[in-house]
Amino acid sequence: MKSRIPVILLACGSFNPTTNMHMRLFELARDHLHQTGRYQVIEGIMSPVSDKYGKKGLVSARHRVAMARLALETSDWIRVDPWESEQDTWTETVKVLRHHYNEALRAFQSKEFMRNKHPTESSMGDSLACQQPVLPELKLLCGADLLQTFKTPNLWKEEDVKEIVEKFGLVCISRAGSDPSQVIQESDLLSEFQHNIFLVREWIQNEISATQVRSALCRGLSVKYLIPDSVIAYIAQHNIYTVQSERRNKGHLLQPLRLPNTAINPLRD
Amino acid sequence: DPDRKTEVVLLACGSFNPITNMHLRLFELAKDYLHETGKYKVIKGIISPVGDAYKKKGLISANHRVTMAKLATKNSDWVEVDDWESCQSEWLETLKVLRYHHQKLLSADVTNNLQDAVPITKLGRKRKQESNRHEPIKKKNQSPVAKSVPQVKLLCGSDMLESFGIPNLWKLEDITEIVEKHGLVCISRAGSNVQKFIYESDILWRHKNNIHLVEEWITNDISSTKIRRALRRGQSIRYLVPEAVCVYIEEQRLYSAESEARNAGLLLAPLQKVASSPRGSGVLS
Repeated sequence: MKSRIPVILLACGSFNPTTNMHMRLFELARDHLHQTGRYQVIEGIMSPVSDKYGKKGLVSARHRVAMARLALETSDWIRVDPWESEQDTWTETVKVLRHHYNEALRAFQSKEFMRNKHPTESSMGDSLACQQPVLPELKLLCGADLLQTFKTPNLWKEEDVKEIVEKFGLVCISRAGSDPSQVIQESDLLSEFQHNIFLVREWIQNEISATQVRSALCRGLSVKYLIPDSVIAYIAQHNIYTVQSERRNKGHLLQPLRLPNTAINPLRD
Repeated sequence: DPDRKTEVVLLACGSFNPITNMHLRLFELAKDYLHETGKYKVIKGIISPVGDAYKKKGLISANHRVTMAKLATKNSDWVEVDDWESCQSEWLETLKVLRYHHQKLLSADVTNNLQDAVPITKLGRKRKQESNRHEPIKKKNQSPVAKSVPQVKLLCGSDMLESFGIPNLWKLEDITEIVEKHGLVCISRAGSNVQKFIYESDILWRHKNNIHLVEEWITNDISSTKIRRALRRGQSIRYLVPEAVCVYIEEQRLYSAESEARNAGLLLAPLQKVASSPRGSGVLS
């Protein structure tokens, strides 16, 4: 019996704030990969973008990481990683993928090292059926909108897109009404690696945009049941989203657009 | 002037099979909307799960549905669950549930006003919070009529409102009393047909001031049917229902192909009533 490939899901975004929809993406992706019979999702990572991204209304990374942490308190497999948010400059998605892959590889190799040192103590948690432990894969979790942006000329570096879909892989969640497979068909590059692009349909529509949540908060309207209670309490306690915070970075260009020929991730919602 | 505002209790009737974040959102949206009109003060939200006698396909036992609703509202300081309807042995029309809660509200209000008339030195528990305790004499002389009567309004989605049009599902006189004497707060998705539906009904049109339409801009289609479907397929429902409900469903192993087959082939209780006792041919339009 072939053992399943361990998979780590990485979601990059503003998480400004983290909403129930963000966390849903992980659940949907995991279910989908499990139902293929070929994968075992071992971890989910939420990576909030750095303040240097310069998006309008983006509050400090310290808060966004704290809110993500609170939101993920009840999850036993998804965690927030502040590495990207702590970098001095904005980081291309492919670089974030590389970083987390290297981390995962390091963890995997040290686990293997320990296993080989103490062969009789190997835990039952390791894949029973296989003698050869399988290298984990890291896949980028995103909305189908990201796939759409690949089409825009000069927006992405071709070699970055290739590395993302070839070396890592994409898990793309789309709404009930839309069908992203056309975008794949229309691109030679994406078609070549479509086996590594997983399209997941979200039939239960739950499009809680963080922008709308912030807008509701500024108007004193309730966002209960759209974002976790613990995040609501944190926002109230620290008075995070205000008319002032919404004006941050207003009129500024997004960091990736300031640099020549770099990839951008427009859907950092 | 806070005393001029009409106090409102929002009542949501339904299967809650199971309760979802969308159900809970209805309350939040309705409260925000009514408060923003400046005319209302929402004092309570009530979730009233339907009794098992409703005989809807896939309806699991009321005990579970009430428990899940209670778990879902434990972190709410104003929405609660009432199991009176679910305890009845026969199915009850929505209007009867409305009347019951309205009566309850009125008698609580009368009791509170009687308590107001008691001298402040008397020890006793007051159910309502008094903000102007330093002026008890004024309150004493104020008869209940001066403050407007609290109302119980039916909270629902556009699907319930539009179900008024389904033949034999509702009695015309019930619909009339609901919109005339109580009122409706209807949450609908942007772009729904609700306004047209009201326009096309003489009765609803006549009482349209008592039908509050609230638009939900954040697309939120977490229907219980889809939740049950996901569960049958072994898929996650986390972040679509409150965490405690998620855990309860897992522990109790609710919702399967078997539970979905319950009541299959049976006629829904309100339709059964029609079959056994013919009604007047009232037409919605």
